[in-house]
Amino acid sequence: MIGVGKAKQYANVLDKPLSRGRQEVSLSAFAFLFSEMVQYNQTQVDNIAELERRLEDAGYAVGARVLELLCHREKGNKREIRLLHILGFIHSTVWKVLFGKGADSLEKGTEHEDEYMISEKELLVNRFISIPKDMGAFNCGAFVAGIVRGVLENAGFPAVVTAHFVPIEGQQRPRTTILIKFAEEVPDAYMFFSPVVH
Amino acid sequence: MASAAIYSLFIINKSGGLIYYKDYGSAGRTDTNDSLRLASLWHSMHAISQQLSPTPGCAGIDLLQADNFDLHCFQSLTGTKFFAVCETGAQNIEVLLKVIYELYTDFVLKNPFYEMEMPIRCELFDLNLAQVIQKDRVALLGR
Repeated sequence: MIGVGKAKQYANVLDKPLSRGRQEVSLSAFAFLFSEMVQYNQTQVDNIAELERRLEDAGYAVGARVLELLCHREKGNKREIRLLHILGFIHSTVWKVLFGKGADSLEKGTEHEDEYMISEKELLVNRFISIPKDMGAFNCGAFVAGIVRGVLENAGFPAVVTAHFVPIEGQQRPRTTILIKFAEEVPDAYMFFSPVVH
Repeated sequence: MASAAIYSLFIINKSGGLIYYKDYGSAGRTDTNDSLRLASLWHSMHAISQQLSPTPGCAGIDLLQADNFDLHCFQSLTGTKFFAVCETGAQNIEVLLKVIYELYTDFVLKNPFYEMEMPIRCELFDLNLAQVIQKDRVALLGR
């Protein structure tokens, strides 16, 4: 089925070096594509929770691929095995490649030991999106939460990741917090001793 | 003397329905019914003016000057019209309308929850519009 010309084209793609510096796509193009994706998924669901889940699933696929690519491109075919390191990797490397800048902050949850939060004042996917009042706390950041879950799960740290709006004092717009809650089977040793062991 | 150059802003869709209305200051305030009526009236007048114009390829009325106000209109390529009622002799309103068009393309058209040709209810559009109008006022006072 595949013609000779096409096979040649594939060979060229493989010959291309993986790292080609900073490459950016148009924000408008992305915004329209993302908007269409949300609209399409909206026609496929009955409730908001399901829409959130579908967006997250879409993000999961991106996260799995991004992890693979970045481990190869940035890390010399190694991936992080310590929890804090993989979180730092997401917060800086993954964010920079996807959104052009590191995330605003990475914090440990105050109430639970196994919770971490990545916060963004203005998440890129939410730049042009206003959530209608009747949709309540729905956040299109669910897509980004899915990306984070994809990276974590494929790196061996299963977690539940959700996106929330958190109002900030003195600001009209709430910020988006990506809440990461690790599964119970994620070993404690990785969690609590990783900053010490090198 | 009103402090603002702009009294009110209208956005109408390509079939003449009012999809956004906002008034600024006390002068020229109209109620919901009046604003709807005014919007469709303007839409028809704009269309008729295109037909009546002696110059071929006329795109419709850009500016209507009355004793007490100026009405500036900007029509986008898709037929959405943005028009503003301003005080007489207000400057740079065409530029302001183009900036508002830009906000519309960003915060309304790229919003997955906005339905085309329907009234605009987008928080981000309101916020950014308020900022632009505010900036315009500051610039006006500075002159």
